[in-house]
Amino acid sequence: MKFSLEWLKHFLETEATVEEIAAKLNAIGIEVEEIDDPAAKLAGFHVAEVLTAAPHPDADKLQVLTVNTGEGEPLQVVCGAPNARAGMKGVLGLAGAVVPANGMVLRKSAIRGVESNGMMCSVRELELGDEHDGIIELPADAPVGTAFADYHNASPIFDVAITPNRPDCMGVYGIARDLAAAGLGTLKPVTAPDIAAQAPCPVKIRTDDPEGCPAFYGRVITGVTNGPSPDWMQQRLIAAGQRPKSALVDITNYLMLAFGRPAHVYDLAMLTGPVVARRAVDGESVKALNEKSYTLDSSMTVIADDAGVHDIAGIMGGEHSAVQDGTTDVLLEIAYFDPEQIGVTGRKLGLATDARTRFERGVDPAFLDDGLAILTDLVLRLCGGTPSEVVRAGSPPNAPKVVAFDPAMTAKLGGVEVPAQEQKRILEALDFAVDAGWNVTCPLRRHDIEGPADLVEEVVRIYGIDNVASVALPRAEGVAKPTATPQQQLERRVRRAAAARGLNEAVTWSFLPVPDAEHFSASAPLWVLDNPISEDMKAMRPSLLPGLLAAAKRNADLGADSLRLFEVGRRYLRSADSSSAEHPTLAVLLAGEKTPRGWATGKATLFDAYDAKAEAEALLAEAGAPVANLQVMGEAGPQFHPGQSGTLRLGPKTVLARFGALHPATLATFDVDGPVVAVEMYLDAIPAKKGKSGFAKPHYAPPALQAVTRDFAFLVPAGLPAGDLLRAAKGADKVNIVDARVFDVFAGQGVPEGKKSVAVEVTLQPGEKSFKDDELKAISEAVVASAGKLGAELRG
Amino acid sequence: MSTEQEKQVSDTLARLDAAASAGDVEAIRVEALGKAGWISALMKTLGKMTPEERQSEGPRIQGIRARVADAIEAKKTALEAAELEARLATETLDLTLPAPSVPKGSVHPVSQVMDELSEIFADLGFSVATGPEIEDDWYNFTALNMPESHPARAMHDTFYFGDNHRAPNGGKMLLRTHTSPVQIRTMIAEGAPLRIIAPGRVYRSDSDATHTPMFHQVEGLVIDRDIHLGHLKWTLETFLKAFFETDDIVLRLRPSYFPFTEPSVEVDVGFAIENGKRVLGGSGDAPGHGWMELLGSGMVNRRVIAFAGLDPDEWQGFAFGVGVDRLAMLKYGMDDLRAFFDGDARWLSHYGFSGLDQPTLSGGVGAKA
Repeated sequence: MKFSLEWLKHFLETEATVEEIAAKLNAIGIEVEEIDDPAAKLAGFHVAEVLTAAPHPDADKLQVLTVNTGEGEPLQVVCGAPNARAGMKGVLGLAGAVVPANGMVLRKSAIRGVESNGMMCSVRELELGDEHDGIIELPADAPVGTAFADYHNASPIFDVAITPNRPDCMGVYGIARDLAAAGLGTLKPVTAPDIAAQAPCPVKIRTDDPEGCPAFYGRVITGVTNGPSPDWMQQRLIAAGQRPKSALVDITNYLMLAFGRPAHVYDLAMLTGPVVARRAVDGESVKALNEKSYTLDSSMTVIADDAGVHDIAGIMGGEHSAVQDGTTDVLLEIAYFDPEQIGVTGRKLGLATDARTRFERGVDPAFLDDGLAILTDLVLRLCGGTPSEVVRAGSPPNAPKVVAFDPAMTAKLGGVEVPAQEQKRILEALDFAVDAGWNVTCPLRRHDIEGPADLVEEVVRIYGIDNVASVALPRAEGVAKPTATPQQQLERRVRRAAAARGLNEAVTWSFLPVPDAEHFSASAPLWVLDNPISEDMKAMRPSLLPGLLAAAKRNADLGADSLRLFEVGRRYLRSADSSSAEHPTLAVLLAGEKTPRGWATGKATLFDAYDAKAEAEALLAEAGAPVANLQVMGEAGPQFHPGQSGTLRLGPKTVLARFGALHPATLATFDVDGPVVAVEMYLDAIPAKKGKSGFAKPHYAPPALQAVTRDFAFLVPAGLPAGDLLRAAKGADKVNIVDARVFDVFAGQGVPEGKKSVAVEVTLQPGEKSFKDDELKAISEAVVASAGKLGAELRG
Repeated sequence: MSTEQEKQVSDTLARLDAAASAGDVEAIRVEALGKAGWISALMKTLGKMTPEERQSEGPRIQGIRARVADAIEAKKTALEAAELEARLATETLDLTLPAPSVPKGSVHPVSQVMDELSEIFADLGFSVATGPEIEDDWYNFTALNMPESHPARAMHDTFYFGDNHRAPNGGKMLLRTHTSPVQIRTMIAEGAPLRIIAPGRVYRSDSDATHTPMFHQVEGLVIDRDIHLGHLKWTLETFLKAFFETDDIVLRLRPSYFPFTEPSVEVDVGFAIENGKRVLGGSGDAPGHGWMELLGSGMVNRRVIAFAGLDPDEWQGFAFGVGVDRLAMLKYGMDDLRAFFDGDARWLSHYGFSGLDQPTLSGGVGAKA
């Protein structure tokens, strides 16, 4: 909300500077967003008098003026305005002044060969209005030489943010009241003028919707003359960001901006029959003042007559009965509308207006008669006319809230000791009534006060929140315990492990285009937004891979040859009861070159499925999963290459991770060139460490004797997974065999069709004594026999 | 010593000196010390001598043998050293050639800052709490004192899921607009007293240079019997001083309005403009300084405490919420929020952190540039 200092001072007696006022506004909870000083903009512009005006010798539309600036010799100025003439007074911008409307710096110049020493300005050039048909004409008594800013009463403009709980501050008077309570000056109380009614009211009003419109007051004024409102009012409205329209419209805006009180004026000639507040009929429509038609429904309150709807109650008036320049008789409306209902209607219609903002938050229920009197007085003063009696339908809420308050609450909740007497003073300055037992009666306009905490806020903000001293939180006794849960610690650990392994952590959107999400959700239903910001951000991700793939595409488009990305975040699935199932997940995506071409290594090498497996195993190990016990199985999902992907499982059912090369169809969907390999690791599937034994590790003494290795070259069926062979080898002697690994795989020349050669190195660890030859022989035979069960034969 | 032997010794030593290869040395060794060598022959003469002769001749012959043997050994060593040196000379590598590169990974600034916050608040006794991002409107709004018709609901630019996504309790499902529902969930689950922070993703239907539809917040909540605004102020000061690792953090509290707190306080932090950038520090009222809105906070509204199943006459406390991305930008100098979520590897490498930059209190939670 904007208002000028001049308007504020109309309600507040104060000597405070602009800076002091701004600081106090901030301190009491009225945030100053900007201060605009038009006087600064008008520097260099002065009241001047045109002494002579003669045609320009070389241009039809220009005149050459001599202008009295109030000091020194008159200046010669070339001017194109048709209204420029000898004897008139106007506003002259001297060389060096900056034209507010366009930022142009004025300088001495020659216009078509004639010297010009300044510019006579139009209303629009000085940003005082829209008019630009000619230069400003000032009254004859305007003192020549005066700075125009002073003459014009240019006043600094405050732009403040009013929090939604304070509709009472959505008018300058309310702000003045708060400032006065905070000691920044004295409130000049506004008393409603006594209006002598000169006729009965010719219009019947009633409310048929006491819920939506509990009170509807009105009065007719006949014989008014509409026209422009006076300068003082226009200046205030312009400062507040309102465009002056006509006196009758400006007056209602003025009441709203001064007192936070919207009202409405109807052209009486356009009304037929009683004027009624009622619910709209479903499908009924009205053309509003913004020239748009709105279709209404029965949840909405309207003001209507026999002919139809004239006003969307509390939100916007109708075009049909809007006042015109020729309007002579008017009906003034001042009503109380239900805040909640105004909000619902406004949202349904998508209509945001100053009136709605105030009604929705709650106007002052005690300000109907006074508001109407002020409104009437302004109309009579500015437009003349004869006022009727006031007619009233219904009554606004009038039961004040009483809060049992304990001034000790201020210290208990607010952390600041404020003497009880001062608390009472503050509350009373804000129009709260405090009785001897600290029962605090709230002014009706303070809809926001619910209980003691609200009164603490009132006291603290007016007393000064700066006076709240910092107090240390008491420290918990004893040694600090971990504050992160095991799951959180797991996430931190794998994140840092992944970064240490050379992967870059990305944070990608939680939402995806629906097709991308569907590509990654086998059959599970997705979470799809009703009101996405765009189609690209519509479905919650069922996997972290699409986000990383999209990032891979962007990186590739920027010329990246190699990409190592990971993300730790949630996948969003739906539980059986349709609640949200959010699974912490780590995903890795490796794309393009694993190593670039090099002087030592030759050609670039590309990522393959084993790189994905390596990341999966390493990160699972960091996560504390028993990697040695995991089984590599299939079914990584249709997004993966069917022959180059797998799952790592703990037992046959618990999938800890899937990994491998992505399916060409997946790459095509995301428009990414291969190879792309990936891992998705399910952090919530990894069994938590059982910390029952505390910190001590199980006992271990390194064996004194050296381990022995034995090599076996097996011929196995080509389709036999090497992992099975290793498991068989290891299982041959669980006491002595501690490891088995494949060191060669070969098929082709010398290996029979349908077979492959797999060379396995088995590590044997002797215990107390070295192995004897016959023991080694027995173990070797056991290995061969165990492998033999899988169809493996020792190569000769 | 016979002159002949003396000559033989000097002769041998001279030839050794001149020997150019291990083969030459070996030949000399065989000649002198081999089975048929002249020194071996001399040694054999000892056996035929009388004890008296042996007493005088023994040491002399042994002396000859030792002199020659030592010289051979020395020459051998010298030749081997020369040979090694010559071989190494052929093995010279151009070490200006690049070594195999090891890719450098990084932790995202958002994660880094969240870890920093966890560390700072752990020291103040705050646990880390989490909650779902897909929420129902009861937790996100109603329990936070924003009933259906509350104007503040409309101000939240909420993402909703369609009617086929209703919550089990019949409520509307939405993307949480703030981390505040974690307050409710944690109070319900754990009761009071309570000190938590809740970092996480939040969503608003808003997108421009400084707003993204997804961003990160951290919520703080303290519930106890005698917690007041002064504690809130101290906590925020302590946290921000620790986070920015400077004592020169000046806060300005402004009364404000949030439905879930009463009194409500907006917190500004003073900054100076240095080289066109905002640098935190100093009072915003000082010359050349300004105030920047940093976070919202307040004393938890009684209704919220009651919604969470606690007795508001017994328990009170404060809550605050602050943008994690914003804190990251202020501390580490990024100027475009949108880049946070682009996954551009160049940006991630530049603004990210080493995995080893684990924030610790002893080392200072920040990672210096």
